[in-house]
Amino acid sequence: MITLKNLDFSYKRTAVFKNISLEFKEGNVYGLLGENGVGKTTLLKLICGLQFPNAGICKVDEFIPQERNPYFLQNIFYLPEEVITENTTPENFINKLGVFYPCYDYSYFLNLMKELEVDHTKKFDAMSYGQKKKSLLACALSLRTDYLLLDEPTNGLDIPSKALFRKVILQHSIDVNNSTDAINRINRTDAINRVPTIIISTHQVKDVENLIDPIVILDHDEVLLNATFEEISSKLYFDYGSEKSDDALYTEMIPGGYINVLPNKFEMESKVNVEALFNAVRNNKKKIKEIFEN
Amino acid sequence: MEFKAHQPIYLQIYLHICEMILNGKYKIGDKILSVREMAIEVGVNPNTVMRSYELLQNKNIIVNKRGIGFNVTEDAKEIILEEQKKQFLEEELPEIVKKLKMFGISIEEIEKLIRN
Repeated sequence: MITLKNLDFSYKRTAVFKNISLEFKEGNVYGLLGENGVGKTTLLKLICGLQFPNAGICKVDEFIPQERNPYFLQNIFYLPEEVITENTTPENFINKLGVFYPCYDYSYFLNLMKELEVDHTKKFDAMSYGQKKKSLLACALSLRTDYLLLDEPTNGLDIPSKALFRKVILQHSIDVNNSTDAINRINRTDAINRVPTIIISTHQVKDVENLIDPIVILDHDEVLLNATFEEISSKLYFDYGSEKSDDALYTEMIPGGYINVLPNKFEMESKVNVEALFNAVRNNKKKIKEIFEN
Repeated sequence: MEFKAHQPIYLQIYLHICEMILNGKYKIGDKILSVREMAIEVGVNPNTVMRSYELLQNKNIIVNKRGIGFNVTEDAKEIILEEQKKQFLEEELPEIVKKLKMFGISIEEIEKLIRN
């Protein structure tokens, strides 16, 4: 579990987080949403120990990322949005990196590269942006860390690649680490049946809509929402109709009518539309908090 | 799987499995896909599939045998038909009646159409 408590962080004089508290529970694929500049990337960096909080607590299981304990670092991986690559092949790159990660699985890496349709012997310099991103995704997953932080992983991917992305993430999030080889190597029986915890920060909501659950919506000095789809659909009603509703927290025109986001007063079932949710939350910060606190 | 825009996804998966039982792809006692397999198959988060399976279990359409998986119950087909019939009578039929009235179509005309 990842726990942030009363956390403050600022870059020199620019405050990013003021007293935020947030939890990420094990074994879920979290979607981390928020407007530009609210600190999604900063949050990921704090979790993996690349940035240190000014005050408050940041803990991952029993570890404090800031201490950069090797046992902590071998079990978490952060994939930044902008990829910087050396003039080498993905295969050489991951074999060098893999020595630091006891659960690293070379054959899984090869499978992933095949599934993502990238040549593992081609040099990064000769690849397109999308190919680089897919290669590094394969590298990140093949390390089989318990915690995986992905910053805008679908940026720059073409349409078929986005579908492949969803498929490999879904498989990865479901398949427990059953490479007995790796388990013996780290001599840790609790590694069996451990499902990874993945945090995906993104603006491309449509790319990951069915993949993520729960959803975290971040704002400058507070967490606006941290809820599962089940909780969201029990608290909010997404009305797809031909009319604008006066009680709506948010209304958007869609082809063929309107989508209204309303408080779910009558316990009705509806399909959560993440984009409309995001806008509803953004325009009604206080009200949404009240609705979800009850 | 292509999802409809307006219906909760867990319900769509629920109905998809009901449909497979009705059209005979799944028979009494058959083991259906595990939550994980289904999640990959339809491309959604396993939590969502779990909700569909819970609903199927609550309605006694599938039963969870420990360590073995989910199997189609003996009464599955009847339960689904009963539910869908009820839904048709309560929700779809009134809509149809409304349209018949709007277009001024008589019962006799309908009877003729059905007979043909």
